[in-house]
Amino acid sequence: MATAPELDVAANPLESFRTETRAWIAANFPPSLKGQDNSMSALEGPGDLSEDEAAWKAAMGEKGWGVPGWPVAYGGGGLDKAQIRVLQEELARVGATNPIGGMGIMMFGPTLLEYGSEAQKQEHIPAIAKGEIRWCQGYSEPNAGSDLANVQTFAEDAGDHYIVNGQKTWTSGGQWADKCFALVRTDKSQKHGGISFLLIDMTAPGVEVKPIRMISGQSPFCETFFTNVKVPKENLVGREGQGWEIGTRLLQHERNSLSGGGGASRLFAGKPMGTLAKEYRGEDEKGRVPDSDLRMRIVRHEMDSRAFALTLRRAAMEAKSNQGPSAATSIMKNVGARITQDRAELSIEIMGMAGLGWEGEGFSEEELTQTRTWLWGKAVSIYGGSTEIQNNIVSKRILGMLDHQ
Amino acid sequence: MAALNDEQTMLRDMVREWSDNESPVTAFRKLRAAAPVEGYDPAAWRALSEMGLPGIVIPEEFGGTAFGYLSLGLVLEQLGRNLAVSPLASTAAAASAIVLGGSDAAKTEWLSKIASGQVVATLAIDEGPVHDPAKITATVVDGKLSGTKAFVAEGDSAGLFVVAATDGLYLVSDATGVTRSPRHMTDSRSHAQVTFHSAPAERLGDTKLTAQVIDRATAITCAEMLGMAEQAFHTTNDYLKTRVQFGQQLSTFQALQHRMAKMFTELELMRSAVEGALEAIDAGRSDLDQAVSLAKAVASDTLHLVSREMIQLHGGIGMTDEHDAGFYIKRARVLETMWGNAAFHRERFARLNGY
Repeated sequence: MATAPELDVAANPLESFRTETRAWIAANFPPSLKGQDNSMSALEGPGDLSEDEAAWKAAMGEKGWGVPGWPVAYGGGGLDKAQIRVLQEELARVGATNPIGGMGIMMFGPTLLEYGSEAQKQEHIPAIAKGEIRWCQGYSEPNAGSDLANVQTFAEDAGDHYIVNGQKTWTSGGQWADKCFALVRTDKSQKHGGISFLLIDMTAPGVEVKPIRMISGQSPFCETFFTNVKVPKENLVGREGQGWEIGTRLLQHERNSLSGGGGASRLFAGKPMGTLAKEYRGEDEKGRVPDSDLRMRIVRHEMDSRAFALTLRRAAMEAKSNQGPSAATSIMKNVGARITQDRAELSIEIMGMAGLGWEGEGFSEEELTQTRTWLWGKAVSIYGGSTEIQNNIVSKRILGMLDHQ
Repeated sequence: MAALNDEQTMLRDMVREWSDNESPVTAFRKLRAAAPVEGYDPAAWRALSEMGLPGIVIPEEFGGTAFGYLSLGLVLEQLGRNLAVSPLASTAAAASAIVLGGSDAAKTEWLSKIASGQVVATLAIDEGPVHDPAKITATVVDGKLSGTKAFVAEGDSAGLFVVAATDGLYLVSDATGVTRSPRHMTDSRSHAQVTFHSAPAERLGDTKLTAQVIDRATAITCAEMLGMAEQAFHTTNDYLKTRVQFGQQLSTFQALQHRMAKMFTELELMRSAVEGALEAIDAGRSDLDQAVSLAKAVASDTLHLVSREMIQLHGGIGMTDEHDAGFYIKRARVLETMWGNAAFHRERFARLNGY
């Protein structure tokens, strides 16, 4: 990758932005947080923030840099793409991570900015930008997971409000969320056209959550029940019946955030598989991983990972030069999921029994984490549109194949 | 597709147009029937030469255009789509050896002739049916090279050989002491066993140069494979949209849709890996050997998959000589084998990464 040429700072606004950014980070980022990633908080709950964490979050929220590209008028940073890149580089330089995240940032905020009324934006966006409000997604139902257009949760028109009844499932972080953006049915006579996009207060009477325990032992998902929940009409986003359009737009944001740069950088974090294998299996007389079958499968995995990294880079460059998304982006979710799962399966195979520990004595922290990572990783080919659904999208939208008649 | 500059876009479009108009798959079919001694159509080679294509990796001072390896890859991809036959890949690979290792006199003497298409050149490296540079036995004594090279591409007609001996690469330009025996292969292209009996040879460089040149030849081959895989895939996709079975177009069956989506995915990764290797060469990256092994392994696996599926998804018609599918699978296997198959490059990748 090309390195930036030396620039005259005074003559280059981007470089003076970098200087200011660096100074601001130095003044506000508590060094104790260096290198700490909060990526597991979505699975294990928010927990209590330390004093430093709270200070860093408040500073970033105040500055609008948790959501650097969002408009200043709603509490965002108002930065352009080049400035955002500088900000990311400067954060990475000192080992700082963005303390503001979650579904409000990844999916709901961008969608509301596009479809929300002025009043809705004023009410919700600044709180998301400061990380004060946690949102959850009320999409899937027991019989409407991949077949999302089949949602049955019903919002009955009761004049100035709706009465909502029904059940959602796979509500990520439902037990910690303040609010829920949901797809509800407002018209039973038509499929897609009968769906509306509604914002529901999770503390409203009639809302109940029940955490779902997963094979990893974690409970990041909930079943969510709505019994005669009263939702004011001003919480409808867009028009009644426009929910499918808004909801699918939101899924594009979800897919982008699941497959984009952030996910990829986590993907390539950690030890190379060859190094891990030598640690647990030793070396043969030629300095190789001794099990030749395992060694070749490690190679296949590493090659797959590198081809994926090159594809991410290519898609970014294509998007930049063509001013639009690359065809390659359609495969990112699936390939990312495949590589994540292959990596976890290979890791526990390499570690043997040590990679299968559940709790207690005799296992390192890394080993126990590996067990959870492996089991949790089974979700990545299911959530955000399963691998099969993504393949349907590729075959129909990209390859022009048709629906079965 | 990598982000291309205007020059590269024009080059790609020009060659694509030529390939579609002047060298569709039917041209290959005719060539196979005519079976010329040199293995390619001299008129087509003249046309490609007039477009300046043999000089793409040759510096301007020696009559080339110095567009680089990504550009050469774009050209070979377009030609590969329609199975065009030309000595371009071999000639460019041989030219790279002279560019990297030739004396000023050798560069002056040969590069402009290569760039103009006047001389067809090739690499003579392997001595057996499987690529293995570690098993080279050809030797040079007092400037005379002796040894036998197997399956030399364009070996029937090449006027200039870049030959690997135990201690490095040599240029053999004199027909004295050179004998050729054709080897008719499944891809109907030119391959020959070439024996050098004390042939006058000029030194180009040591075994490090041999490895560098093989990497370039490998990356070039991957580009042709990319074009073939793309076209085999699209031909199959088009067929599924027209063929009706059980009262349905085949393309409406989810089982087939998911196989196509899987192939599409592998093709996207193949393109990234192949273009990544060509760009690594252009950028002079120190890890280009890894990039090349990645590209060849991924390209071989993907073209293997797509060429098999092309026949399977076409059903019986795909098995007939009348259909083009057989051309793709036959050439695919030759290119998969050339310069090391997927297994060879996975092993090399493991070694380069220290595990």
